[in-house]
Amino acid sequence: MEAYISLFVKAVFIENLALSFFLGMCTFIAVSKKISTAMGLGIAVMVVQAITVPANNVVYHALLKEDALSWMGITGVDLSFLALLSCIGMIAALVQILEMILDKFFPALYFALGVFLPLITVNCAILGGSLFMIERDYNFGESVTYGVGSGLGWALAITVMAGVREKLKYSDIPAGLQGLGITFITAGLMSLGFMAFSGIQL
Amino acid sequence: MSAILNDSILNDETKKVLTAPLVNDNPITLQVLGICSALAVTSQMSTSLIMALALTLVTAFSSAAISAIRNHIPSSIRIIVQMTIIASLVIVVDQVLKAFAYDVSKQLSVFVGLIITNCIVMGRAEGYAMKNPPLESFMDGIGNGLGYSLILVIVAFFRETLGSGKLLGIEVFKLTKDGGWYDPNGLMLLPPSAFFIIGLIIWGVRQWKPAQAEKVEFKIMSISHGEGGHH
Repeated sequence: MEAYISLFVKAVFIENLALSFFLGMCTFIAVSKKISTAMGLGIAVMVVQAITVPANNVVYHALLKEDALSWMGITGVDLSFLALLSCIGMIAALVQILEMILDKFFPALYFALGVFLPLITVNCAILGGSLFMIERDYNFGESVTYGVGSGLGWALAITVMAGVREKLKYSDIPAGLQGLGITFITAGLMSLGFMAFSGIQL
Repeated sequence: MSAILNDSILNDETKKVLTAPLVNDNPITLQVLGICSALAVTSQMSTSLIMALALTLVTAFSSAAISAIRNHIPSSIRIIVQMTIIASLVIVVDQVLKAFAYDVSKQLSVFVGLIITNCIVMGRAEGYAMKNPPLESFMDGIGNGLGYSLILVIVAFFRETLGSGKLLGIEVFKLTKDGGWYDPNGLMLLPPSAFFIIGLIIWGVRQWKPAQAEKVEFKIMSISHGEGGHH
């Protein structure tokens, strides 16, 4: 149990996908102008991340890993090079299905999250989460924890960023630094702040 | 074939497509594309160069391939088709790196795979290759790849020289711990420094080309002007 809590804290704060691995930066910068939209996107990323990382974990361990096909009587086959293609296919398919389910059963939620869902398929944070899961060889339980944790970390980062930017627009900034430039420097300072968590050991 | 190639390389449109993304229309500083995934590899020059090369090749070849079949892709499934082509090319790059440069591929870890979701690749496929013939799309891919590489290399240059006193593993500044004069700046090796450097690059470029600066949403005025504070 302790290992899971430690992994969760690590995924949320210490190894924050946005601020220490630069993942999902395009959307992180583009959609962080308002707190409400940033939060909507953050929640959508968290939900998708919590579903896709475990799903990719199951596919990887059941089909792609070296000798994974032995339950079918096939041995000595290593399909792990297909992991990239299978991960991105899985993510695209799951996002599509999620969109349909939301549309059918939770229309209110669909209207709130709907615009962000297609963006998420090409969000590096989602694919990055699955690839880290494969590289670090997480088991199923760890992959669920990591999926929820890393999604929450990303959501936290973009919401905080939007909060800072909402105030920042009233400040007097040199013309060339206006907008994108100061946003990057703010992200750098936030990243510095998140690094303070790296001393935490559970 | 070479005559056709020469002809179109000299062509103005091709030249524009190839050089515009370097400064005037740089994908990172102006279009805010593709910053994701790759900044993490900029703490060393060697990994950045490999990453830049991989991304340029993938962008160029995927644009060419997508453009070649652009008239046969039904528009409802075009994203999936584009993604499959890009993912296949990335798998090739990944396997080549694993076979010939195993150490580098270990250092790049998941970031080679993340070229798939790099917005530059998808953006060029969707925005340029779907509407233009293969050769120009290829050049457009190279141009945008180079614009991206330029930023990556600049960031890596500062991070590696200031952070460890080396460039491509060769000593530039002699470190204090070896009896030299330079005390390495550890922050440069950590993620925040990449954000700062990109921010400063954007500032520099926009100071140089004021047309790229963003419009101010709220202007601060002194009260004594008496013109009110509306924007």
